[in-house]
Amino acid sequence: MARIVGGLTTSHIPAIGNAIDQELFDDPYWKPFFAGYPPVLAWLDRVKPDLAVVIYNDHGLNFFLDKLPTFSVGAAAEYRHADEGWGIPVIPPFQGDPAFSWHLINSLVADEFDIATCQEMLVDHGFTVPMLLCWPEYDKFPIKTIPICVNTVQHPLPTPARCFKFGQAIGRAIESYEQDLKVVVIGTGGMSHQLDGERAGFINKEFDMLCMEKIVDEPESLTHYSIHELVRLAGAQGAEFILWLTMRGALGAKVKKIYSNYHIPISNTAAGVLVLEKE
Amino acid sequence: MTQTWKQEGKPETPIPGTYMFDGTAAMKGYALNKMCYSFNHAENRAAFLRDEDAYCKQYGLSVEQREAVRERNVIRMLKAGGNIYYLAKLAGLLGLNVQDVGAQQTGMTLEAFNARLRAAGD
Repeated sequence: MARIVGGLTTSHIPAIGNAIDQELFDDPYWKPFFAGYPPVLAWLDRVKPDLAVVIYNDHGLNFFLDKLPTFSVGAAAEYRHADEGWGIPVIPPFQGDPAFSWHLINSLVADEFDIATCQEMLVDHGFTVPMLLCWPEYDKFPIKTIPICVNTVQHPLPTPARCFKFGQAIGRAIESYEQDLKVVVIGTGGMSHQLDGERAGFINKEFDMLCMEKIVDEPESLTHYSIHELVRLAGAQGAEFILWLTMRGALGAKVKKIYSNYHIPISNTAAGVLVLEKE
Repeated sequence: MTQTWKQEGKPETPIPGTYMFDGTAAMKGYALNKMCYSFNHAENRAAFLRDEDAYCKQYGLSVEQREAVRERNVIRMLKAGGNIYYLAKLAGLLGLNVQDVGAQQTGMTLEAFNARLRAAGD
């Protein structure tokens, strides 16, 4: 049977993609950020997942406003990155696992999550930056991936409570797959930030710290916020925290925190990374 | 102007300086966002830079949207229904990053905006 080895969350700020491309690992601005990743790689090396289920948000590469699903699941053999318009380097494609995708899709719909299915799906920085941070050599040593996209572009966004339940359904789906696979669940995005409006540049360290702490043992306490409250507390794009909650839902009741790091600012954002092992 | 946004039928208290991209904004901003979405392709970015007027016309921008783009005024674009994720593609092609856009929207210098971001970590 497939088994969830743990979960991790990481910010997916586009500037990281450029910094990796330019190898700015020791640059004074970037050093405290990249210092947060060797422990993540060490953990991945220890648990050796075969497949990553990546919960992310599209920022206008695969989806436009003509058709915008709330939840969508990739069902392709390969997921390509592409030109996002503002200069992030395009990186090689990621390997999929269509048989596992269709198992997830069947299980989620039976579980009353009526997701959209995508046999073609471009993945943007919300997916590619975390993958590059966690598997820098994925083009040489491929890891299978399944992208799951959550709408954070157009309100109404799914509520934190709904995302947590969606995550629980993803967890049930993964662990009912008959093939022996070790799976890591990744939630990307966050933490607090706001790109648009006169409130641009908003960052809320105190709220991020609360989220980072509560998501380990009391994640349900974070599901009571409305999206509006989340926007007020974490910033307009900080609402991406719903992706972290989706990941956390998939891990089940008991987890152990392995590692976390938090750094302000990267670009306009508070960057956070967290590794949780399922108990 | 900050928009009021409703959840479950109850009016929410507006968040100052925050433009909720809801159904109303999505309808209003459709042409502008569609144009910006086209900038995922290099040939479209080149076409815009070659003849901005013709390109905007092709996408049927409203007068307000056209003015906002002409002025490179992000707050005006937001008010005209622009969504920041699509507008970022326009900003990118104009050579602006998210700190430039942040500084413009807040009326701060780039240095002051960046200093404020750093200070949020203290």
